[in-house]
Amino acid sequence: MPEASEGRLAENILYFARALRAAGIPVGPGAVLDALAAVEAAGVGTREDFYWTLHAVFVKRHEHSVLFDQAFRIFFRKRGYLDRLLATMMPQVPLPMEKEQKPALQRIQDALFSNVGEREQPKPEVEIDARLTVSDREVLQKKDFAQMSAAEIAAAKEAIRKLVLPLDERRTRRLAPDRHGHIIDIRRTLRASMKAGGAFIDLKYLGPKTKAPPIVALLDISGSMSQYTRVFLHFLHALTDVRRRVSTFLFGTRLTNVTRSLKARDPDEALAACSANVADWSGGTRIASSLHSFNKAWGRRVLGEGAIVLLITDGLERDGDATLEFEIDRLHRSCRRLIWLNPLLRFDRFEAKARGIRTMLPHVDEFRAIHNLDSMAQLARTLSDTTSRGADPRAWLKKVA
Amino acid sequence: MPQSTKPRPLPTSIDETLSLLAAADYLADRSLATVLYLALRMGRPLFLEGEAGVGKTEIAKVLASTLGRRLIRLQCYEGLDVAAAVYEWNYGAQMIAIRIAEAEGEGDRDRLTHDVFSERYLIKRPLLQALEPDPAGAPVLLIDELDRSDEAFEAFLLEVLADFQVTVPELGTVKAARPPIVVITSNRTREIHDALKRRCLYHWVGYPSAERELEIVRAKVPGIGKALSEQVVQFVQALRKEDLFKAPGVAETLDWASALSELDVVALDPATVSDTLGVLLKYQDDIARLEGGKVKELLDEVRVDLRAAE
Repeated sequence: MPEASEGRLAENILYFARALRAAGIPVGPGAVLDALAAVEAAGVGTREDFYWTLHAVFVKRHEHSVLFDQAFRIFFRKRGYLDRLLATMMPQVPLPMEKEQKPALQRIQDALFSNVGEREQPKPEVEIDARLTVSDREVLQKKDFAQMSAAEIAAAKEAIRKLVLPLDERRTRRLAPDRHGHIIDIRRTLRASMKAGGAFIDLKYLGPKTKAPPIVALLDISGSMSQYTRVFLHFLHALTDVRRRVSTFLFGTRLTNVTRSLKARDPDEALAACSANVADWSGGTRIASSLHSFNKAWGRRVLGEGAIVLLITDGLERDGDATLEFEIDRLHRSCRRLIWLNPLLRFDRFEAKARGIRTMLPHVDEFRAIHNLDSMAQLARTLSDTTSRGADPRAWLKKVA
Repeated sequence: MPQSTKPRPLPTSIDETLSLLAAADYLADRSLATVLYLALRMGRPLFLEGEAGVGKTEIAKVLASTLGRRLIRLQCYEGLDVAAAVYEWNYGAQMIAIRIAEAEGEGDRDRLTHDVFSERYLIKRPLLQALEPDPAGAPVLLIDELDRSDEAFEAFLLEVLADFQVTVPELGTVKAARPPIVVITSNRTREIHDALKRRCLYHWVGYPSAERELEIVRAKVPGIGKALSEQVVQFVQALRKEDLFKAPGVAETLDWASALSELDVVALDPATVSDTLGVLLKYQDDIARLEGGKVKELLDEVRVDLRAAE
């Protein structure tokens, strides 16, 4: 702010950075120094310039823009913003609310004033938000994950270690030294022949490098899947731990990206972070609209480099219609391999009768069961067994017809 | 690029940056000018992200031409390696040199190596070129569509962008006397690692507002009529609000505007729009969505809006 003196400004930027960090924007100490340098370089004149100067330094992802915007508004209120901030830290004062709740506002306020609520009232875990109960049976529950036992984690880890996903390797366009390669690596050849003064030229070859393709998991967390979700999340966490390029999305009535949450090393931490992010645990399913938002917002960002998609759902769709077929087809066409994991397949007499299942089946490459919920080992075996019965989705369609 | 280039000073304020871009017919928002000014001033790479066709690459080009700098472009692709991005030895020429030296009876091995691994046999690729001194001032290095390269290259880039130096084992380290102006663009087909973004100033290039887009169309398509340009921009703006798989960018708007002006269209009508929709929309699903009266509906909306604005 123009009227603030130099020392005050530096202090404020420091506090502002802290608030941003609490709101979930990763701001390192280096960024604070950058911000000071930037403000100095820009020679702040107007509020707008000041805003965009800080924005340039602190925001490194498009999604963070909205958080930054809200934080900036709250933090740098024109008159007496600092006093106000301090005042609101006191538990008695009601939080400054705007008429219409903007999506990020709650998160920012949580961040700025988090210590208030937490210390005051360790509330029960279940919180039902009455404002948003518009959609059909969307149960806005923050579900508490019971802690998984150490033995279970150990078994899961063990299973994952042995896990080999079907078609695991994909040729990339990058070259690597290869004894049986097809391209002469002149750089290495000449360097090697220099050792002998150039007397021999022993040809070295390059071949294509192979690499594990990225995995994108779409996990159904609706009510009908609730018994399975926890185990699957552990599975996905372990997968994220072993392979770097795994993106995980949860969907019930809406789509949530939990990739970052699952990156936490500790599974409990990761699952807790997951459940904190998701609003529609154990509600209804809207596969079509969830796939639509995935295709639109994420499809082109995470399906590159020959990704494998694991679609984990029972396929019991509420609004099964033409849009579902359209969206699953689009998903199928934008990834290299689409594997549908359906827990219902564990029943011996399963038949592809439900409308959602019949719509989706022709568009998946593989249709696999997840038989046993108790052991992750079973799941891993099912996944790696490329010849297991039922992998071909068409077989299921024929069986009914 | 103009040939008679003199080193021109960098802008000294945000307003100056804005007018510098405007002079080259690049109409930017103040937010973009701010981040650009900071990047120039602080010597940090500028990381631009946004949908295809919003003018990310154009910024680097405009910057190079208005500042009179050389533009060095590195187009990224999967499998981009050091040999294609930094340097490569000219092995053929080296071989010939060795043969000639042998024929002449040159026996001194040290001298031969020294000769063969000299700059004469070095093929400089974009990153190395960008580190070289230039009388016109440090060049503009455009690293285009970084999301297309793989993580390995990204990691390598970290090193270059941190110190602006690269090492050629046979020659030694090449360090830029004055760091180049680096512009990195990404279409977000994958996330770029935070470590790289941290070193840059980030900016999301969004779609322009209606007024801004109108200015852009009029600046870039000189022959276009007042009424047509207004209708074109309003229509595209309305189209972006539709649930499309790929909304048209500014580049598409400009293409469409010049296509219509080439066709001597004075005002939009449903038939013309339907015929030329392929210029704006690049997915069959999106085109299909607009079939059957939807175009007319949108056009009517646009007309009402424009009449209300008058």
